[in-house]
Amino acid sequence: MINAGRIVRLAERDRAEVQFFLDGEKRSALFGDTVLTAMLASGHALRSSEFGPEPRAGFCLMGACQDCWVWQEEGPRLRACSTPVTEGMWLRTTPPESWP
Amino acid sequence: MSRPSSPKIVIVGAGPAGIRAAATLVAAGLHPVVIDEGHCAGGQIYRRPPDGFVRTPEQLYGSEAVKAQELHALFDRLTEERQLTYQAHSSVIAVHQGRLHVLGEGGVQVISYDRLVLATGASDRIAPIPGWQNAGVYSLGAAQIALKAQGVALGRRIVLIGSGPLLTLVGAQLLKAGADVTAVLDTSSWRRQMRGFPGLAARPIVALRGLTLRARLGGRYHAGVTVERIEANASGVIAMRWRDAGGRQRITPCDMVGMGWHLRAETHLADLVGCVFAYDEQWQQWLPQTDAMGRAGNGVYLAGDGARLIGADGAEIAGRLAAVACLKDLGHAASPVQADLRKLARLKRFACGLARAFPWPAEMVRTMPDDAIVCRCENITAAAVREGADFGGGEANRVKSLSRVGMGRCQGRYCHLAAVELVAAQSGCASRDVGRFRGQAPVRPAPVGAFLRED
Repeated sequence: MINAGRIVRLAERDRAEVQFFLDGEKRSALFGDTVLTAMLASGHALRSSEFGPEPRAGFCLMGACQDCWVWQEEGPRLRACSTPVTEGMWLRTTPPESWP
Repeated sequence: MSRPSSPKIVIVGAGPAGIRAAATLVAAGLHPVVIDEGHCAGGQIYRRPPDGFVRTPEQLYGSEAVKAQELHALFDRLTEERQLTYQAHSSVIAVHQGRLHVLGEGGVQVISYDRLVLATGASDRIAPIPGWQNAGVYSLGAAQIALKAQGVALGRRIVLIGSGPLLTLVGAQLLKAGADVTAVLDTSSWRRQMRGFPGLAARPIVALRGLTLRARLGGRYHAGVTVERIEANASGVIAMRWRDAGGRQRITPCDMVGMGWHLRAETHLADLVGCVFAYDEQWQQWLPQTDAMGRAGNGVYLAGDGARLIGADGAEIAGRLAAVACLKDLGHAASPVQADLRKLARLKRFACGLARAFPWPAEMVRTMPDDAIVCRCENITAAAVREGADFGGGEANRVKSLSRVGMGRCQGRYCHLAAVELVAAQSGCASRDVGRFRGQAPVRPAPVGAFLRED
């Protein structure tokens, strides 16, 4: 459910639901969530580090650290902290298989 | 005036400094262009949640609610009346010969200027701790943004570490909102904090408010601690390992750590535009130089925390002053500035008090273990930075080329000061003698496609 992930919703819970897909599975978030909030509401990571074994979940949330770039099934990568989640987004925590 | 005036004035940033600068120019009959990364004006401190969120300004901004509302209303009105051109969701990624390269949703666009006001703000000043690369470690600013703009806590059990006004403020805000804040660990001792007192007395009400917030943290707050390591497993943070002021080792289980040692001025654009920098002993970082009004030369003006870390109230004044300087230089009749300069001097005394009370943890950084990560973008270790210094000598940019520290996609924003400190320690000199990383365009990552144009 919505609160099974890393983050805890403390306020603003009465918003419309938005459905999106995370690694192929249907998930729900709330309208107005950033991609970062949406992904971490039901998961614990946004991506893996390219330079180490550890998963990453963002750091600054203000578009400065660039830790939160996530993949989509198709289309460009998104900076999760500053992109709103939208209905039907296909998000991935790993690069698509077509990526070399 | 519904189109940009000539000569063209561009303001970068729409926080308190940018908003006041814009309003001052509009009042003089000019039409500035304001470029901002946010979705609407306010900056970080007065950031607004997305549409459909219902908390009141009092809930969002506490004692600063009136100021926030006033700035939002002012800027929104000027935008609606088309007295300025507001370009949201846009990052200036390069500056060259009077032209800004601006990355927005439609790609990169070139915007020329005759005068430039940089109000780029600040971000958390980060000192790396072993384990800080793990998922669940965030800046203190991030914890505040998550709460303010999304209504969420970034973890179920939270430990905050660092030093500075934000440490106490974020702790108190999270507690009030119902988050489980287990410990707030300040590396500055009570004794050290007392040394800031003479400066802090310049704003007794603000200082008192800080102490009240501190009191709300109760036994969670510990001063004079040594933070040792963030423990993690394969999915992220599991505990904070630290020593209290008496030297006793403590392990606090948690799934989120918020960290920050006061603020670091955001100076990349000032650097690209050719501002002169000097190492500021008080702030323990490199800062661009201006006159008292914010003039940096060559038609460039700096205002707010991107130039001097004086806080939101000081940013409003500095924004006004920079605009007045710009107007004066353009031959407009200048409004009196003595009162603003006096107010700014008082705010500066307070800011000096903060800097003294909550210092950069130089010794902690200098002695960090070899295997600890310095650059979080590319996992460059302290050992690699030290080797770079041994091989290349005590010069920041040599070590940058040799070790890649500061070359990741954040462009050194979060590792610069620590890397410089390590290089200085390794070469036996002061950090001011090591130099600073040169800024490089693009100052934000930009996809190649953004530069392609269909002509």
